[in-house]
Amino acid sequence: MIDKITVTGGYDKQGNKEPVEEVIIQKGEIFGVVGPTGSGKSSLIGDIEQLAQEDTFSKRKILINGEEPSYDDRTNPRKKMVAQLSQNMNFLADMEVGEFLSLHAKCRGAKNACVDKVIELANTLTGEPIKKEHELTILSGGQSRALMVADVAIISDSPIVLIDEIENAGIRKHDALKVLSGHGKIVMVVTHDPVLALMTDKRIVMKNGGMEKIVSTSPQEKFISKKLNKIDELMLHLREKVRRGELVEDLDIDFLELESSRKK
Amino acid sequence: MKMVIVAGTPGSGKTAVLIHALKSLKLKNLKSSVVKIDCLYTDDDKKFAKVGVPVKLGLSMDMCPDHYAIYNLEDMLSWAHSNDSDYLMVETAGLCHRCAPYTINSLGVCVIDATSGPNTPLKVGPFLSTADIAVVTKGDMISQAEREIFREKILEVNPEAKIIEANGLSGQGCLELADEMMKAKEVSEEEELRHSAPLAVCTLCVGETKVNKKHHRGILRRIDGFESYKGE
Ligand SMILES: Nc1ncnc2c1ncn2[C@@H]1O[C@H](COP(=O)(O)OP(=O)(O)OP(=O)(O)O)[C@@H](O)[C@H]1O
Ligand SMILES: Nc1nc2c(ncn2[C@@H]2O[C@H](COP(=O)(O)OP(=O)(O)O)[C@@H](O)[C@H]2O)c(=O)[nH]1
Ligand SMILES: [Mg+2]
Ligand SMILES: [Mg+2]
Repeated sequence: MIDKITVTGGYDKQGNKEPVEEVIIQKGEIFGVVGPTGSGKSSLIGDIEQLAQEDTFSKRKILINGEEPSYDDRTNPRKKMVAQLSQNMNFLADMEVGEFLSLHAKCRGAKNACVDKVIELANTLTGEPIKKEHELTILSGGQSRALMVADVAIISDSPIVLIDEIENAGIRKHDALKVLSGHGKIVMVVTHDPVLALMTDKRIVMKNGGMEKIVSTSPQEKFISKKLNKIDELMLHLREKVRRGELVEDLDIDFLELESSRKK
Repeated sequence: MKMVIVAGTPGSGKTAVLIHALKSLKLKNLKSSVVKIDCLYTDDDKKFAKVGVPVKLGLSMDMCPDHYAIYNLEDMLSWAHSNDSDYLMVETAGLCHRCAPYTINSLGVCVIDATSGPNTPLKVGPFLSTADIAVVTKGDMISQAEREIFREKILEVNPEAKIIEANGLSGQGCLELADEMMKAKEVSEEEELRHSAPLAVCTLCVGETKVNKKHHRGILRRIDGFESYKGE
């Protein structure tokens, strides 16, 4: 049972102490990780995935329920507490989708029956369907991403979920986030996307490899987030239209103008 | 003295991982001497020298580099001894999976690249199956699922192995490797190999360049699996 994780700060790229000395994430919370490219976002969630013990660049230390995890907790996939969707866009493993998923299910002690479920779920997130007998390496970036999401959601069902840039593969990011962040989990989302960033409870701001500060999502931001979601839905709708080869004939942004005129 | 033998294919991250482990040991005031074995060329010796440990380079030239390493272990040990070292670290050339230069009391470390595909552990021989520790590198380049499958495949080949997921760039996992080095046994005067080196006694071994079968003598194996001794 995991109630909280603690990230004890280490050092930034220049070897200075990180401004944020400790972050505690409670069960059920969603944290964002934001910052410019190269600022160390992926490295931070990498540290959490490995449950780092001052043995990475950053020298951060990760505690589970306030305690150091055991070697077995850190490495045995059957006990693994962390599911990670990494930033990698493609698979390198040279095997068929079905074989890959059943092997992974075996590693995680999951039932083989989930293989079909994973493919089914992946296909709700991506365009052209993925089939069991496809070679992993020929899948497109978007298809690979969708399959990784579905694999993490169903096979690597863990109490801590780390998600690295779900927005940039042309898959449905809202749906993907929903399937990944089940109830009562600890979720961290690395993102450059304001729509996703404002959906989180708090966000860690990264700079120069270090955790610079923590920002709580304000009530005003929560309100803006709802609007952003509407814009996002609109964009998604347009995207689908363009993808289907249709013409875009009008743009319905009345809901935005109404809001602002009411304020005046 | 403890002896650590680091084997693994070229580019798998042996040097990178070993350098991080050497630094950890140094911080604990433990002294190491490093020998790098290769065939024709390497600049690993310069990388090790930067850590500030005594380094020796062994180029095997026409001899099989693993056989060369085994043949010279005695000399390496006495050299490390004369440096007053606690550890002798040997990085092999890693050209052949079939030889495993681990001796009974050494710590056998196999470094294996996770991006090389999930069937790689099944393809390599004694250098993985007789290792004490399998260090898996480059996990940063693949998905978590691929890493987990890779791990499972290693355990299929060597269920006893301690698997360390390491990153040669960041040094992640290398502290754990250094800890294992500290737990290693002392080497004895008369070390013995864990696994015999493959038979390789034929005319090719002594420099014959002609290809056709009629030119060859020795212990030879045909592609249909028939093995025989041809000769006097
Ligand atoms: N605390 C640190 N100390 C030293 N190096 C670091 C630290 N944090 C990150 N780095 C290095 O900085 C580089 C960029 O980090 P990272 O990939 O995590 O950035 P990112 O924020 O995820 O970028 P992107 O938005 O492009 O994905 C990496 O090579 C990483 O190893
Ligand atoms: N991305 C990544 N690169 C690595 C890792 N380990 C080593 N490398 C790189 O792989 C290359 C080969 O490493 P090296 O230690 O020289 O391999 P060796 O031939 O086995 O000694 C170097 O460019 C290293 O920087 C790792 O964990 N991740
Ligand atoms: Mg990143
Ligand atoms: Mg090397």
